[in-house]
Amino acid sequence: VSQRVARPAAAPSPAEERARAQRMRRLQSLGIALLIVLVLIVMLFPFYWMILTSFRSQVDNISPRPVWFFMPTLENYQNVIQRNNFLEFTWNSLVIATLSTGFGLVLGLPAAYSIARFKQDGLALAILIARLTPFITYLVPWYIAFRTLGLLDTYTALTLTHLIVGMPLIIWIMISFFEGVPRDLEEAAFVDGASRLGTFFRVVLPLSAPGIVAASILAFIFSWNQFLFSLVLSGPNTRPVPVAVFNFISYGQIDFGGLGAAAVLITLPVIILTLIIQRYIISGLTMGAVKG
Amino acid sequence: MSRAMSVVDKYAPYLFPLPAVLAILVLIVGPLLANFVLSTYEWFVGGRPFFVGGENYQQALGDRRFWNGLRNTFYFTFMAVPLQLVLGLAIAVLFNREFPGRGLVRTVMLLPMVATPVAIALIWALMFNPSLGVLNYFLESLGLPRLLWVAQSNLAIPSLVLVDVWQWTPMIALILLAALQGVPQEHYEAARIDGASGWQVFWNITLPGIRSAIVVALVLRSVDALKTFDIIYVITGGGPGTASETLNVYAFKTGFEFFHAGYAATLLIFLMMVVLGFAIFLNLLRRSE
Repeated sequence: VSQRVARPAAAPSPAEERARAQRMRRLQSLGIALLIVLVLIVMLFPFYWMILTSFRSQVDNISPRPVWFFMPTLENYQNVIQRNNFLEFTWNSLVIATLSTGFGLVLGLPAAYSIARFKQDGLALAILIARLTPFITYLVPWYIAFRTLGLLDTYTALTLTHLIVGMPLIIWIMISFFEGVPRDLEEAAFVDGASRLGTFFRVVLPLSAPGIVAASILAFIFSWNQFLFSLVLSGPNTRPVPVAVFNFISYGQIDFGGLGAAAVLITLPVIILTLIIQRYIISGLTMGAVKG
Repeated sequence: MSRAMSVVDKYAPYLFPLPAVLAILVLIVGPLLANFVLSTYEWFVGGRPFFVGGENYQQALGDRRFWNGLRNTFYFTFMAVPLQLVLGLAIAVLFNREFPGRGLVRTVMLLPMVATPVAIALIWALMFNPSLGVLNYFLESLGLPRLLWVAQSNLAIPSLVLVDVWQWTPMIALILLAALQGVPQEHYEAARIDGASGWQVFWNITLPGIRSAIVVALVLRSVDALKTFDIIYVITGGGPGTASETLNVYAFKTGFEFFHAGYAATLLIFLMMVVLGFAIFLNLLRRSE
């Protein structure tokens, strides 16, 4: 302390310089922390607003000034679930997503294994092109075909079309998993007299179980979120949630709380599933181009 | 091993992918070919088809709504994707450090890209509402004038771009963040020893180090932005008028609101050419480097 008093003010001591540098660093990390928080607020705000809207009464929702604090009400959820057959739409979504994911696995797993083992890059490329082509391009011929076959508004039509969303995803994710299965293990099984099919079922698939879970969940989410195919091919018997909610805005009066509640109800299962497989989301969305 | 089994083994490279290949042929390749055939017919669904050759294509080239859709498609994509790339890169650099709650932040970043697009569209539609929406409340609180957002022709696409940027910037940020972590630390240390400034390090080490990830993000996002449907159709339906009607939305309306199947198929072939052409172009760009 005495040293600091003794020195002339013009020349800061090394200690002072160090303290200044430390202050600068602290200021910088504070700035960075604030920026990070700001980014997070922007990312989360629409979700926060969706949840607030869903728990607010209609009066509060149409107030010209946003109401931030209020007594939460379950009225909107009750309305959506009871008045709008929400459970029925949820059931439809569930059936379509489960069936299309199941078929996606049955068709996709052997194909992915084959691409990984026999280096069938051409096939992989074909599937990538299917992913790049706008889905709507298939829709006019599909609509005409399903209409002719009397399959509009059936689970068959929706499962088949959602399969095209899920199967390429499953194949691309599983290629890298199957490439990671040690060849020695397969060779050992062959030496023991196992067939290719037996090895696939008893050696390769069990070793790739985490990948299969991730791929199935991703395919399920994509089917759950699918809007375009369902909009055209579904009907009163098979309408899945996204289309039901869309109709909700087109026909009804604007019920902000109801829309908020519906949005929460569609999104919630997706968010829960995402938390389970978060490591695989990016590699799924980029068709394996990026290992998140 | 039984004989049947050994036959399966012999032809495994054909038999394993066969079911998937059949599904692709029936559900994708068939419809794509059917589209080309359809595009040569004048056909209202439910009526009788007439062969018209290339007339639908001629009609498209003279159709102002087609050109409007094409322009809007490009306007939307070329506004949204560069914005996402710049913001995504900034966020990736910002988040590429140790800080408490880092894992949680990563999880939060996944939410916009996985949430059901229809739900996202609904929430943004509520927030855009000119009289009751929360966005105008924020503008007013900051002393700025209120906007009509999607209700105003020249703001409709920029507003939709805002939604797309919100939805997809986190994905680009996560792709680039993964790439940043792959840049060898020694390069940074060497630069620091040479006394390089922060910007110099960014331009000469960080950017070249993640270039291929940037290209991947660019290709994927551009291709997806060109075919954006859910957000646009739910929030504006292409309106006001045709102010935000992209080629995708116009083709959809032609096919499924006006039931003009032949012409819709023609429009979709143009859309497919745009998307695939763009993907091939970006890929060539990558190879030539």
